[in-house]
Amino acid sequence: MKLRTLTLGLLSASALAFAAHAESITIATVNNGDMVRMQKLTEDFTKANPDIQLNWVTLEENVLRERVTTDIATKGGQYDVMTIGTYEVPIWAKQSWLLPLDKLGADYDAKDIIPAIAGGLSVDGKLYAAPFYGESSFVMYRKDLMDKAGLKMPDAPTWDFIRQAADKMTDRANGVNGVCLRGKAGWGENMAFLTAMSNSFGARWFDENWKPQFDQPEWKKTLQFYVDMMKADGPEGASSNGFNENLALFQQGKCGMWIDATVAASFVSDPKNSTVADKVGYALAPDNGLGKRGNWLWAWSLAIPAGTQKADAAEKFVSWATSKHYAELVASKEGWANVPPGTRSSLYANAEYQKAAPFAKMTLDSINAADPTHPTVKPVPYVGVQFVAIPEFQGLGTTVGQLFSAALAGQSSVDDALKQAQDAATAAMTEGGYIK
Amino acid sequence: MATQQTRSLARFMMAPSVVLLLVWMVVPLALTLWFSFQQYNPLNPIRDGFVGFSNYALFYSNPAFLQSILNTLTLVVSVLLITVIGGILLALLIDQPMWGQGIVRILVISPFFVMPPVAALVWKNMIMHPQYGVFADIARFFGAQPIDWFGQHPMMAIIIIVAWQWLPFATLILLTALQSLDGEQKEAAEMDGAGFVSRFIYLTLPHMSRAITVVILIQTIFLLSVYAEILVTTNGGPGYASTNLPFLVYQKALLEFKIGQASAGGIIAVILANIVAFFAMRAVGKNLDK
Repeated sequence: MKLRTLTLGLLSASALAFAAHAESITIATVNNGDMVRMQKLTEDFTKANPDIQLNWVTLEENVLRERVTTDIATKGGQYDVMTIGTYEVPIWAKQSWLLPLDKLGADYDAKDIIPAIAGGLSVDGKLYAAPFYGESSFVMYRKDLMDKAGLKMPDAPTWDFIRQAADKMTDRANGVNGVCLRGKAGWGENMAFLTAMSNSFGARWFDENWKPQFDQPEWKKTLQFYVDMMKADGPEGASSNGFNENLALFQQGKCGMWIDATVAASFVSDPKNSTVADKVGYALAPDNGLGKRGNWLWAWSLAIPAGTQKADAAEKFVSWATSKHYAELVASKEGWANVPPGTRSSLYANAEYQKAAPFAKMTLDSINAADPTHPTVKPVPYVGVQFVAIPEFQGLGTTVGQLFSAALAGQSSVDDALKQAQDAATAAMTEGGYIK
Repeated sequence: MATQQTRSLARFMMAPSVVLLLVWMVVPLALTLWFSFQQYNPLNPIRDGFVGFSNYALFYSNPAFLQSILNTLTLVVSVLLITVIGGILLALLIDQPMWGQGIVRILVISPFFVMPPVAALVWKNMIMHPQYGVFADIARFFGAQPIDWFGQHPMMAIIIIVAWQWLPFATLILLTALQSLDGEQKEAAEMDGAGFVSRFIYLTLPHMSRAITVVILIQTIFLLSVYAEILVTTNGGPGYASTNLPFLVYQKALLEFKIGQASAGGIIAVILANIVAFFAMRAVGKNLDK
């Protein structure tokens, strides 16, 4: 009896000692395939860092955004590592909500991060989030339908060419739509596409004095072009289509062209899920010869909130998850094609990756063609290609997205949508104190 | 007959739960009221402070506000009409002796067991989708152009989905009322030469009136706060075409993080719900006193 008590006492004491020694960090992340894979591979990290335990909170994109935003803004302190995007980083860093990542380790090689991505995640030259995977947008098209239409897709098409190709490829009787584009309202849905597209038409959200620009001819041209093309060559119900809906349409062979995120390339070229896997070609996002292309820039990134008590452990984890070592780990377990794309230059110099991912070069070219600090033809006071990095943008972007979605659905005219967008933007900017 | 002591004892023993319920309701309501007078945007914490009624003014001047009130009322009235009329007809139908009555009744009631977001997803992706939906297939079979429900007729689509979910509830309540009708009364009316229609109007309908009242009151409360169906299918759009009051409040609070305006919207919603409930009680609630 005595021995048993003693053993139990010793055991619980050692368990307590271990618990006190081991530090557990909570990581909030998005339920995208690459992140789910990361969770499966964490043994590699915990083996090297036995004193750090990882707790995962994996959520759908919109819910994640709600939770982490609420947590950081109310100083809730639930998470030690947060998965956020290029939109949040500059705003939150300016509010001093994030810790600068300057202790990522000697072999981290921060200079290897693609400059456009690093630029989007830095404030005053300091990196505030480490990119896990990055993306731009480009044109994915059906080579067989282009041949049938007697056209050849250039590497860098113009919007006029896209329109012409869409008209020729549309074959409603056989369920083929010339072009599939986002129409579902949301700052991260239709407005990501439309804002990037408007850059190539010479439009901008605000002038240098934060005056909204929806009453300018460039926006009218953008929206009219988009609505006309989608009405003539787009799928039924386009105003409810976001990334996932268009992905399904393209995989089923219902789209001639699809302009969307570069990460979609690995899905449309995967013969297990795509009926058109062997027929897909890639081209840069279209332009109008004004010097800006209609492609965006995004990176899902890991950041550490300023309020965490476990900054060292959190930084160790961020360093592991975004390192070259992690890329090699994924490659060794699941093949090079599954390595998180779009963050490190070295990946694109890797011959094995180039062989496994035929879209690699076009992805890198697209990322390099986007400049978040100079996104538009005319000068602007904001950072961000397909968004405006100010706190008011989430709400305003979604409101404008609703108005443009209504124009696409034919519920309002292009002119009405633009006028209402101008009013909404003026109200939001006045309320936010940007214009007096 | 309770004595003075037992009554005091009862009050004493009930007090904790009454206080708890009061706190349960009063604290959130008071906080909402407090925030509705504050400029509070957690994303932009520099501009906090008391702002008087400006949140109410901003919420009211929002172009989506009037549309959302109209949509809220349209939804409540349309779904009530469909479910009450449809419920009476269905109750009459499944009250008839027929083969496989048990299975038919379960089938009619089954939509009520489906969670709203699930039901909305099924309707959106499998039934009303303009590409893959059953309705689109039927339209194409007859050589017609499929209807883009959520783009062209968003409110109608949501009304159909919500009505589909609430029809079983109405049917169930009305069926129980119907079954409590004395068979002898029906026989007597029949012997006096009353036809089916007169029997329905003068006998069945008055008998069901209390059940109809219950259905209207309970459904009104829930229909004023329909939210999941809109979030899943149209996200309030296109434009503001399917934004109702709860959805607008959600949009302000969790998409725009304007907590002050969202709280003001919440208070407006509480006031409106009370007005609607007051009229509903006056119009139909007197049936309950009988």
